[in-house]
Amino acid sequence: MNNSLLDSRRPSSEPESRVSAPQRHAKPFNLTRWVGATLVIFWLLVAIFGPMLAPHPVGALVADKIYSGASAAFPLGTDYLGRDMLSRILTGARYTVGLALIAALLSSLIGASLGMLAALAPRWLDESVSRLNDALISIPSKMLALVMVSAFGASIPLLILTAVISYAPGAFRISRSLAANIATLEYVQVARTRGEGKLYIAAVEVLPNMFHPVLTDMGMRFVFIVLLLSGMSFLGLGVQPPMADLGSLVRENIGGLSQGALAVIGPALAIGTLTIGANLLIDSLSANRGQQGE
Amino acid sequence: MLGESLEVRDLCVTAITPDGDEIEIVKQVGFSIAQGEVLALIGESGSGKTTIALSLLGYARRGCRIAGGSIRLGDSSILDLPPAALRNLRGHRVAYIAQSAAASFNPSKRLMDQVIEGALRHGVMSRREAEAKAVELFRELALPDPEGIGSRYPHQVSGGQLQRLMAAMALITDPALVILDEPTTALDVTTQIEVLRAFKRVVRERGTTAIYVSHDLAVVAQMADRVLVLNGGETQEQGEIEQILDRPNHPYTKSLLEAARPEQQLSPPPLERGDELLRIDDLQVGYGTRDAQGIPAKVVLDDIMLRLESGQALGVIGESGSGKSTLAMAVAGLAAHSRGEVVFNGQALSATLRGRTPDQFRRIQMVFQSADNALNPAHSIERILTRPLRTYFKLDAEERRRRVRELMDLVKLPHSLLSRRPGELSGGQKQRVNLARALAAKPDLLLCDEVTSALDTVVGAAILELLVELRSKLGVSLLFISHDISTVRALCDDVMVLYKGDCVESGSCASVISSPQHPYTQRLIGSVPELRRGWLESQPSFASLEQDCVA
Repeated sequence: MNNSLLDSRRPSSEPESRVSAPQRHAKPFNLTRWVGATLVIFWLLVAIFGPMLAPHPVGALVADKIYSGASAAFPLGTDYLGRDMLSRILTGARYTVGLALIAALLSSLIGASLGMLAALAPRWLDESVSRLNDALISIPSKMLALVMVSAFGASIPLLILTAVISYAPGAFRISRSLAANIATLEYVQVARTRGEGKLYIAAVEVLPNMFHPVLTDMGMRFVFIVLLLSGMSFLGLGVQPPMADLGSLVRENIGGLSQGALAVIGPALAIGTLTIGANLLIDSLSANRGQQGE
Repeated sequence: MLGESLEVRDLCVTAITPDGDEIEIVKQVGFSIAQGEVLALIGESGSGKTTIALSLLGYARRGCRIAGGSIRLGDSSILDLPPAALRNLRGHRVAYIAQSAAASFNPSKRLMDQVIEGALRHGVMSRREAEAKAVELFRELALPDPEGIGSRYPHQVSGGQLQRLMAAMALITDPALVILDEPTTALDVTTQIEVLRAFKRVVRERGTTAIYVSHDLAVVAQMADRVLVLNGGETQEQGEIEQILDRPNHPYTKSLLEAARPEQQLSPPPLERGDELLRIDDLQVGYGTRDAQGIPAKVVLDDIMLRLESGQALGVIGESGSGKSTLAMAVAGLAAHSRGEVVFNGQALSATLRGRTPDQFRRIQMVFQSADNALNPAHSIERILTRPLRTYFKLDAEERRRRVRELMDLVKLPHSLLSRRPGELSGGQKQRVNLARALAAKPDLLLCDEVTSALDTVVGAAILELLVELRSKLGVSLLFISHDISTVRALCDDVMVLYKGDCVESGSCASVISSPQHPYTQRLIGSVPELRRGWLESQPSFASLEQDCVA
């Protein structure tokens, strides 16, 4: 809304007047965004390079003492079998981050494509896709995951599939309503009266203008999927040994909880910092866009 | 309580830019108003007039700050008041009437509760007294059913009534100062005249000091005693209304006055008329499900007949809800007609987009009202202008580049804008791009839907001039849709008046405007404020005409 105020300081006849992007207040340094971005980037790097940096092989029984505290040899202590926790977290992060990222990407891709299709397609197609979607969205995600795993066994592709079935419908809803709003705008009407096809309208006129909110939504879905997968692993139904993700690390070492073992606190903190970091980053990005909105 | 005098000295308001710089948006503005006087703040959008009005409440919008100066109302200095005293001042001694009443009322509360809320909040009177006072104000403001209207909800009354209800809300505490911020801008002219009349009466009778913020000099001429002309946050000129209207000193004031008095006919005398380009026969358009006879649930346009020859400009005029935009949509193929026929260049057009040929798409181009929404914010100007060239013509890249630059010259925009996005352009520039895109198709018929109404007077006048020039240069036909009779008069040869979906009058512009036959047309033309004092008083009330029009 300050836009008009700032803009008008120049006469409107002046051809060079460049309207600066409006913002409500100056932000030379945005703490939330930096904290969020640092945490997210840290965990992405761990997921990529972690296994290479691990000081010990992931399954090796290297210590005499179980549930030991931090020491020079084992900075994050040891687990219930005397394995090095640092190595296990460095290796396990890849499964948590990688699976969740793939599942979130797929959910948003499928959700956004179907959402645009539904918004621009004839009514009957919109109705049938939307009702099917409503049916899917009404199934609780944990229940669906439990049923899927008990029916087909826990494997990595199945976990991804389960996460996508659980979270694509939400992405569809958001994309559909975004696309439906954009489709009524005048530049889309102009494209229609120009005789443009549906595909052009979807890809060129609509998609670029819903890209940012869809991206934000994908970030949120990533967080949900991390929590879903960690929860599944905690129940012993997620990633199976000898592989271990952060959730299964918490479960394995749950016996050490009464002793306050680092082995259970470490992976729990890892899940916490990853999800909180992603949340902070998304919040700061979407708040910033909100300011540029008007 | 009677009005109190107001004195503003060296008022400065600053805003913070995205880069963190602080810039002045109101610079050293000073004025004083005697008790019971009405001062108008006039300027284009962004001239700082609303910012000044809000600072009189001791308020600055987010990101803005009142950086200096003093505001004295009666014997209190507003800018030095502590927050608690400011809260006590707002809505009690100083009241604010905003532009959009529809956005200012809570849709889920009854009108009466909202009108008296301020009085109860400040503990000025009991609920019973406040309600009695409100009913009295409703009567003074000429609202229908003063006793009963308070029990309705905002959506149950019309826009003009809601605006008057907001005035009642502001006046309930007998404020010393009333700020009216563009209170009639969102209204139709026929509604505006009644609202202005009501405002003027209550302000005069109560002796309230008032600030009237507007961009419309003709409205200000009816309401104000004195005028302060603003541009870019600076005072350009200040004086009595008569002096500003008759003997403006500052060049900016002169340019405002010029834009407010469009020449009678900008357009050259009708060109040699060509063949019939567009014919509409017995058209009916509506929304909703169709019944057994094929008549839609809500008929928006009915029995429309129209003939447009190539090179001709036809103005379609009417107030909001008259179906004028629907007419353009029907020709463009965005709204399907349920009866009748649209014949373009000798061929009947399909009712929907589906049955139209690429050539028909090319030859009919629509220019929408709001350039903000009509240009895709994600695309550069070059891309926006290139697309129709790609769609309609087989050109190589070099020819397209050249043609895009020709188009920019045609609408008088510098080529340097081509790499920009719409968000980086001013309103007038966006509207020019919007026109250029339509012209890229080399259309025979241009459907212009309220193309100047979202723009400031001066910018709108320039767009109008451009349209006149394009018309004579390119020989394109225009279907020009507007609510503003003066723009239609300036541009069009013929005019058609729509009222509630029916065509009530049509004919050549000169004859319809000089001697309107239908009572609605008379009312429409008679409601356009004239740039002279005393016009409002000289106009008869049209309340009785309402019945004639309906009948």
